[in-house]
Formats: sequence, structure tokens, C-alpha cells
Amino acid sequence: MSSADLVVDVHDLRMRYGDTDVLRGVTLRIARGEVLTLLGPNGAGKTTTLEILEGFRKRSAGDVHVLGRDPERADEDWRARIGIVLQSWRDHGKWRVGELLDHLGRYYSPFSSPERPRPYDTGELLELVGLSKVANRTAQRLSGGQRRRLDVALSLVGRPELLFLDEPTVGFDPEARQEFHDVVHRLADLDNTSILLTTHDLDEAEKLSDRTVVLLGGRIVADGSAAQLTTQVAGRAEVRYRCGDQQLVHSTDDVTAYLRDLLRQEPEVEILEVRRASLEDVYLEMVREFDADQTPDLTVVPS
Amino acid sequence: MSTVAHGVSNGLQRGLIEAKHKITNFGEIWGEIWPWVLGVVVMYFLRGNTFGDTGVSVGLLAAPGILGMAVLYTGMMGLSLELVTDKSDGTLLRMKAIPNGIVGYLTGKFVGRTMMTAVSLLLVSIPAAFLIDGLRLGDASAWARLGVFYLLGLLAVLPLGAIIGSLFGSLQGLGLLTLIIMGLVAISGIFYPITSFPGWLQVIGQLFPLYWLGLGMRSALLPDSALAAEISGSWRTLETAAALGVWAVIGLVLAPLVLRRMTRQATGASVTPEDPRVPAARAGAA
Repeated sequence: MSSADLVVDVHDLRMRYGDTDVLRGVTLRIARGEVLTLLGPNGAGKTTTLEILEGFRKRSAGDVHVLGRDPERADEDWRARIGIVLQSWRDHGKWRVGELLDHLGRYYSPFSSPERPRPYDTGELLELVGLSKVANRTAQRLSGGQRRRLDVALSLVGRPELLFLDEPTVGFDPEARQEFHDVVHRLADLDNTSILLTTHDLDEAEKLSDRTVVLLGGRIVADGSAAQLTTQVAGRAEVRYRCGDQQLVHSTDDVTAYLRDLLRQEPEVEILEVRRASLEDVYLEMVREFDADQTPDLTVVPS
Repeated sequence: MSTVAHGVSNGLQRGLIEAKHKITNFGEIWGEIWPWVLGVVVMYFLRGNTFGDTGVSVGLLAAPGILGMAVLYTGMMGLSLELVTDKSDGTLLRMKAIPNGIVGYLTGKFVGRTMMTAVSLLLVSIPAAFLIDGLRLGDASAWARLGVFYLLGLLAVLPLGAIIGSLFGSLQGLGLLTLIIMGLVAISGIFYPITSFPGWLQVIGQLFPLYWLGLGMRSALLPDSALAAEISGSWRTLETAAALGVWAVIGLVLAPLVLRRMTRQATGASVTPEDPRVPAARAGAA
């Protein structure tokens, strides 16, 4: 992949607060148009990573390029090309939904280009996130799910090339979560927008992204599509069966070969059961192993 | 138009929209003006007490000072209150995420506060016109002076409000500051002429902009028969302009430095979740 196709190119990113290492050498690449999930438990360093990429935090060390620029030295032109949905926003409560989109859109008009007209038309945007009916409602009177979709609309108003979403569905009920997932799917198809989102919900990572990166204790411990991750870290499967009056369990990397041998050698086998670890098992296992290994001070690290 | 100039023009729109939100909501506008309306009403009841041998009522002497106080509170405290609120609810961070958003945000704040102060002064001068005898509210030259000291006063106190709002992290901190300012009101000759205080207290009072705001408003609205209650029996117009100007310069030099620091520090960690469904997971971020 040539570096021109990369919207995010991070090499050996390190972050230290006082004497606590939050990021210990993160290397991460996102291709144009890709949807990538940064998955990890609270305190893994997800938000810190995002804030560094957004230009909101100075890193301790490492190379960071976002849309070809170092976020620490980026200008307003760069700022106009990215969209951000942070955690827990309740700003502009007294503004009406349509009024706020109109106003914030105006800041992007000097950065408009023929291939990427800015800002987004307010009516279209409201349609996209399903808020047309509440365009005249004040932001503080929206439901939690509606407010979150407004946050997404606000992050899109400048028609960003790259969108950052930080734990976008925390506190959602299942219906709001589903609606939100639909919006993200539509976005990814639209304008070739690249998306980096964080979550601690594995199911969400599987549903939303092309690729999932698992961040644990400030390091990337796995990287791939959901299917790749499962085989990459969860190659082993568990075979259970009964043989005579014995209940047996065997763990193996190659189920097929094992079963072929087993059935040939032991004609008495019955109640045969093969269980391959799900991605969830793998992830929880990684988190558990990590927790068991690590020093307790990591629990106070910001997520 | 440069993109920064574009940010400023967006800020104008922003200030107008925010002022509209306040002005079209009775609770909001009443929240801004009730102390001054109350003050005017109290001064009405003091109309019978005259100050020294001037023959001018204590109520009439104090009414313009209340307008000066309204400029200080609506401009300075109002602005700092909004900055502190906007830091904690994510408004500042939102604007930081937008190109030229901070320019627009700050312009909007200054425009909004300038408008709210004007609206407050106008709304408070209505009951004052009816209740307080002797104010020169029918006189065009009085309004011209009022306008000048309103603008000069805002120029002095708005940057101070920006500095206070940048430095204070919580509304509780601002509450403490409000108490200090009440003390300042007491020594600034707002409710009772400063000439009746001991000399050293008069000196301290004159160090702060509130005294000069009050004096400017009195020079606009009071008849010359009230001059006897002033220091050296003069409205000291030049000194008033100079004192407010010095405060404006101090504020305008310091405010950008402090505002830049505030903007730099605004991250997700400075936003406090109010919604109980959103966990305060980020509280540990330094």
C-alpha cells in the first residue's frame, strides 16, 4: 500500500502521563475508505490515541500522519477535512437542530471544492441521520439516541474525508444502537469516508468495521478482520466426546486431522462435540490474560 | 475573504443567534436583569432620604450606579459564566474541532454579551424612568454619554470576563468570586457616594473599573446638582475614560494569552458528563 492511500499512518506512538505509560509503541495504518475499529477495555488507551490523531493532545514520541499531516502542526485546512464525534457531548443545548447544523456548516464553506462541496446540505444531512422530524427541536430536548445522531451529523457537516467516533454507542438502548449502526454503514458507502471508531463492545466492532485492531495496555495485540482475528488468535478448538463410560476433552489446532484419527482408532466414540472459540472468547481471553499479567496501576489510565 | 475573517463573520451570526435564544426566553432574560430591576425598586423606596446637604435623594444617586453594575455583571461575570459552562458541556471542544471555530466562538461570545448588556440596560431603564425622579432619561446628550460609557465599560470588563472564565474551572469557583465582587460593589460608591468613605478606602475603590463605570453612568444620567457627592465635585470624564481604557488595555493584552491556554487544554477530559447513562470513565486523564 503506498503512503498516498493511507489516511492514517502511525508509527511507534508513545504517550506518557507522569510516570504512567498509556501508549507503548502503537503502529497503525488506515487506508482510504476503510472502516477500522479500535477495540479494547476501558483504560486501554483508545481515547488517548484518538485525541492524538485529532490534534487535541501532544504525543510523547512517535510519528503520526493524518491525511498526510502531523496533527500537532496541522492548520485549519486540515481541520476542515476531518470530522470528530467525541464521548458524551451535550453542547449547544439551547440551539435548534437545523439551526446548529446550518451555523456550524458555514465554517466549512471556505474549504469547499468541486469534488467535495462543503458544507453538507442541512436537509440532506438531517435525512441521512434520521432527524428531519426534529429539525426544529432544541438539542437539549432530544432523546439520547437522537442526540448522538445529531453529534454524528455535526461531525459530517464539513463532509470529512476521515471521521473519528469515540465510543459512539455508550448508553444506547438496543434500538438506538441499531439505528446508529445503520447510519455508520451508510457513511462508509458515502464519499469514500474513512472511519476510525473506538468501542469496548466486540459485537459492534464485528458489525461495523472492515478491520479490528485490539488495543490492550497501550499496545496493539491483534489486527485483522473479524474472521482473521478468530483464526489468528483462536486456531485451537476443543473436542469433547464420550468413550465407553469416560468423558474426554481434547484441545487441538487441527480438528479435521484429529477427528479422522480419533474415529478410526476409537469406534466407541459417541456424543461428539467440536467447539471452536468465538471471537468473543478470544477477546475476553486476551483481556483476562492481560489483566492477570499487568500491574494494577493501569486501571487509572484514561480510556 | 480570508478564512479567519470568515470565522469572525460566523461569530457575528453566532452571537446574534445566542442573544436571540436569551431574549426570546422570559426565564433567561429575567435571570439577567432581575437584580437591577430589584435595585431600582429599592432605590424608589429610598427617594425620601437625601444625601448630606445636596438635596439629592440617595435613591437618585444610586440608580445610575446600578446600571454600571449591570454592565460589570452582564459583561464580565456573564461572559466568564458562559465560558466555564461551555468548557464543561463540550461547546468549546466542539468549536475547537471546527475550522476557525474558536475565532467564531469567541467573536460570538463578545457579540452576544455586548447585545445582552445593551438589552439589560434598556430594560432596566424602563422601570427607572417611571420610578426614579430626576434621571435625565429624556435627554439625548445623556444617551450619548450612556452609549460611550457602555462601550468603553464593555471594552474594559469583557476581556476581564474572558480571563476569569478561562482560569476558573468550575461554577463553584465563580461563586466565590461573586462574593469578592460584592465587596467591591460596597467600596465602589455604587449605592452610597464614595466621598463619605475614609480616604484610603476611596483610593482602593478607584483602582477598580466598577467605580468608574458607576461614575460614568452618573455623569450621563444625573443633574449637576448631584456633583457635590463626587470626588473633587467633578464628573472627571477624562479620568473615567482613561481609567476604563487602562483596564481595557490590561485585559486585551492578557486575555489572548489566557484564552489560548484554555483552548489548548480543552480535551475530552475537560468535558463533564451530566447524563448519568454516560460513565465518567475519563476522569483520570491528566
